[in-house]
Amino acid sequence: MPVIQVDGQEYEVEAGKNLLEACLSLGLDLPYFCWHPAMGSIGACRQCAVVQYLNAEDERGRIVMGCMTPVTDGAIFSLSGDKARGFRQAIVESLMLNHPHDCPVCAEGGECHLQDMTVMVGHRDRHYRGRKNTHRNQYLGPLINHEMNRCITCYRCTRYYRDYAGGTDLAALASRDHVYFGRHSDGVLQSEFAGNLLEVCPTGVFTDKSLVHNYTRKWDLQSAPSVCVGCAMGCNTLPGERYGKIKRVHNRFNAEVNGYFLCDRGRFGAGFVHDERRLQYPGLRNNDGRYDAINHHEALQYMDRACAPGKVAGIGSPRASVEANFLLRTLVGEENFAPGFSDAEQPLVELVLRLQQDSRALVPDITTIESADAVLILGEDLTNTAPRIALALRQSVRNKAYEMAAELRLETWQDGAIRNLAQDQRSPLYIAAVADTPLDDVATNRISLAPDDIARLGNAIAANIAGQPNADLEQPLQEQVEMITTALAGAQRPLVLSGTGCGSTAVLAAAGQVADALCGNGVPAMLCLAVPEANSLGQALLTGCDAPGLAQLQQRAASGEFDTLVVLENDLYRRGSSAQIDQLLGAFQQVLVLDGLDNQTTSSATLALPAASFAESNGTLISLEGRAQHHYPVFQPHAERRPSWTWLLACMKEMQREEVRSLHHFDDITRACAATIPALAGITAAAPDHHFRNAGVRIPRQTHRYSGRTAMRADISVHEPRQPVDEESPLAFSMEGLNRDQPGALLPYVWAPGWNSNQSLHKFQAEVGGPLKGGTAGARLLQSGIGAGPGTFTAPAPFKAEPGRWQLVPRQRIFGSDELSALSPGLAELVQPGFIEICAADAQLLGVTEGDGLVVTKGITKGATEGVTTGVDNTLATLEARINDSMAVGCAGFSVGLAGVQNLRPLAPVSLRRAEGWQRRSPELIGSDRDAGPGGTHV
Amino acid sequence: MLKAMISQLRTIWTILQHTFTKAETVQYPEQMPYLAPRYRGRIVLTKDPDGEERCVACNLCAVACPVDCIALQQGVKEDGRWYPEFFRINFSRCVMCGMCEEACPTNAIQLTPDFEMCEYDRNNMVYEKEHLQINGTGKYHDYNFYRVTGLAITGKDKGQAQNEAEPIDVKGLLP
Ligand code: SF4
Ligand code: SF4
Ligand code: SF4
Ligand code: SF4
Ligand code: FES
Repeated sequence: MPVIQVDGQEYEVEAGKNLLEACLSLGLDLPYFCWHPAMGSIGACRQCAVVQYLNAEDERGRIVMGCMTPVTDGAIFSLSGDKARGFRQAIVESLMLNHPHDCPVCAEGGECHLQDMTVMVGHRDRHYRGRKNTHRNQYLGPLINHEMNRCITCYRCTRYYRDYAGGTDLAALASRDHVYFGRHSDGVLQSEFAGNLLEVCPTGVFTDKSLVHNYTRKWDLQSAPSVCVGCAMGCNTLPGERYGKIKRVHNRFNAEVNGYFLCDRGRFGAGFVHDERRLQYPGLRNNDGRYDAINHHEALQYMDRACAPGKVAGIGSPRASVEANFLLRTLVGEENFAPGFSDAEQPLVELVLRLQQDSRALVPDITTIESADAVLILGEDLTNTAPRIALALRQSVRNKAYEMAAELRLETWQDGAIRNLAQDQRSPLYIAAVADTPLDDVATNRISLAPDDIARLGNAIAANIAGQPNADLEQPLQEQVEMITTALAGAQRPLVLSGTGCGSTAVLAAAGQVADALCGNGVPAMLCLAVPEANSLGQALLTGCDAPGLAQLQQRAASGEFDTLVVLENDLYRRGSSAQIDQLLGAFQQVLVLDGLDNQTTSSATLALPAASFAESNGTLISLEGRAQHHYPVFQPHAERRPSWTWLLACMKEMQREEVRSLHHFDDITRACAATIPALAGITAAAPDHHFRNAGVRIPRQTHRYSGRTAMRADISVHEPRQPVDEESPLAFSMEGLNRDQPGALLPYVWAPGWNSNQSLHKFQAEVGGPLKGGTAGARLLQSGIGAGPGTFTAPAPFKAEPGRWQLVPRQRIFGSDELSALSPGLAELVQPGFIEICAADAQLLGVTEGDGLVVTKGITKGATEGVTTGVDNTLATLEARINDSMAVGCAGFSVGLAGVQNLRPLAPVSLRRAEGWQRRSPELIGSDRDAGPGGTHV
Repeated sequence: MLKAMISQLRTIWTILQHTFTKAETVQYPEQMPYLAPRYRGRIVLTKDPDGEERCVACNLCAVACPVDCIALQQGVKEDGRWYPEFFRINFSRCVMCGMCEEACPTNAIQLTPDFEMCEYDRNNMVYEKEHLQINGTGKYHDYNFYRVTGLAITGKDKGQAQNEAEPIDVKGLLP
């Protein structure tokens, strides 16, 4: 390892790093703006200047940029010499020439990297007396606020947005001191990852719009380590609360799950926590169908009476914690517990688990995904189902560039040089999907195929890799197979991705075949399969692969086996058609529902119990890579809201059930679950238990500057209650404790002296950009790469398009396809009504144009009928038509989860016809902050 | 013995002398003492010279307060100004240290020479915004934050604050 000299002191540093990284890793404070640990250096801001000396005799030295200077053995630098410091001070002063007098009214204030760096270099007085440049702001959508005056032209935003995240609609415009970072005109930022601009921009140009209108400074937020419940990726988050409201969600660094970035569903999708539809008190339905609020004693007694006779079935939830599901399963008995998937989804998730367990391929984390040098995606639209993976794939295609750079002996952090070198050359990424996907722009090729054909393609690739002949593929497809085989077989770290998103088990199985065939050739292939919800995989692990489904429970209830149904945090009306779910719930005499939100299922309950959300409760969730992760309550639940596990535990205690006699704490349930379910034995390692103390004290949820403690509730009483004691975790609901050197799973916020912004993260990392000092959060449950192979698989018959009949294929949307994101006010503005996508030829055939209505009916083919009853209305939905020429022939895409699609099921055969009397939506007007709306006029 | 007696007599003499000096004691509350304008007493929120609320809800006073007795919530008005939706000072905790005034970037929060705050019920020592807000500028008459800041509000567009140039036309072609 090279030894460098900094200010007379010798340090051993890691080779291949630049001086800035090395200094920060050594704990030396060197100011910077444009360098970012995930994006490398371009040397644009000139802030990280140091003086480098040729040798010990050299007294003059020369100024170099730390972020552009490789560390070489024997190099001599000065950080604190007058010349370097004077230069850095002058740079900040020049960056501040046009900076507005905004800090008090800037949502970045108090966690602003520019503030920190200004203080760090000691710049105090403004010498320039000229006039400041000003800019007009743009409307960038309901999520992100724009205040262009505050820009210091570091270029981080465009480098992130365009180069890293692949966005196209944000750019640097104009030149010299007119440079402007924005869109060509007002409009919603199109990237699914635009929210990261808030954390990437070192100033207050991009801020969180909902936060700006209900602002709390970082030091006043109470926060706790949490896990995103937006999808199965399990990104680590830091929700911040004040006055009982989640004010914002920031990224919590986890080197193996989400790194520095979140997607917008995760960042802006926690609004449901304080939605007005949240239940506050237990409600018991009275005779006229209305609900009477009761207290928790009455509620528990009622539960006891309902569950004691024993004829109870339970439906769990793939979005609730492992512990709550485990308790419900214990309450109702293993054979009476359904994991809570829809009947279509259950076999898919079970297959995902089986494939991952049986496969010889590795189940990758985000860093290994980024290291893949050839990628094949079968059927899944990852940007909309597990968005963070799509962002990682955009990095994996750059491995070609890194290879080219290695030949020229360029370091990996030399971002500008490497991008110039590689231009458009990328590692191979092949996508077979039902239609276009947002990753197409970096794909070598995207082929549109019906799900069955995707499975056949996958199967043929697998056979080809294994050197077996396969003759039954059409010629153009056969060519594709050859190309993909060459790419995958020639790669060192090939990655195959698929998921439940296209609704086909055959596609999943085919992905398993391809990965396994690669392993058979001795290549360490990776297999990554997406599942829909935050704990989907956890449910599969909990129940194993032959748990009862919803239909089975309904039949058994109808035969009199059950009286009572307990539903855990699950809106069943999203899991089947209204008729099916009505029938299911109707088969029980009483339905007890635990849920946070008033939805259609809670409205059909006999007793509804208010469950705490993820932000108010402890819980373990298992992500799609089989990582058990723990989320902690950010604040205490209001009114009678309690975590589901508390309700269920109390109910079983009330029933005096033997199994729960020794369970008192949340951790006891985790341990009991680990002891009972072999597949979940590892979950206790996800995070330290509630006895853990950090150097003898708890870890504070509040910063040491947390203000207003003696005034916040003084309007109620001046007698201040004791701070609540958290009996379930090692975190404290106060500012007392030690937020340093703790295990990685227990990081409630980042702050270090002199570093108030999120850039202080490097003080918590073992080395800059590397894992946290306390270790990476979470415990992997799936033993990767030790399976015996997925066994044989017979590809389905080729899909045949028939005139007048379409196969429904799912089209996922990042906002609205899941259950919760559309409940956040900002995202709700971006959720559109449901639609049907067909190709132009089909549209012409049906006589519709974009925006017309289409009636979807059960499919009828050439006289033959299937599930079609004559004489009744076979209409499934009436939706807006969208024309998309990339749709696979014979397929019609429907928007999953959006309004109006409840009765549509993936892969169902349907007929389409033009809807009469359809009211077209009026064309959308670009919103603007300039209308004197409730947002005020931020011109 | 003699020495002690002299000391006694001198003391008595001095005390007798005081009979003829002017009394320092004032008849408070009938007689009010002079308190300088900078005296640190009851806190008020002031208005800017144009009669608009000065406080921009920046939270700096709250974080500066050593006893944490200020709590507020920011909101945004129709015209784009930041303002406190509520602003509460718990005077039963306040130590009149003046840190809040020191921290305030807009001269909104000011201490006044009124120290007479007595209540039988401590809850009455909790002042909300309507109790704190006065109609004038307090000690600082001229400062108006919104004439300085770059944030645009209705009636003050970009480029119209002190020392600001007209907004740049990004699409202009001139070099
Ligand atoms: S907008 Fe922010 S990130 Fe972009 S150049 Fe300006 S200061 Fe840098
Ligand atoms: S990728 Fe999934 S887990 Fe990560 S932030 Fe987005 S929705 Fe949340
Ligand atoms: S005077 Fe001191 S104690 Fe009183 S509110 Fe201001 S900062 Fe707090
Ligand atoms: S410091 Fe001044 S402007 Fe800021 S919140 Fe306090 S009173 Fe308002
Ligand atoms: S951080 Fe080195 S030049 Fe910007």
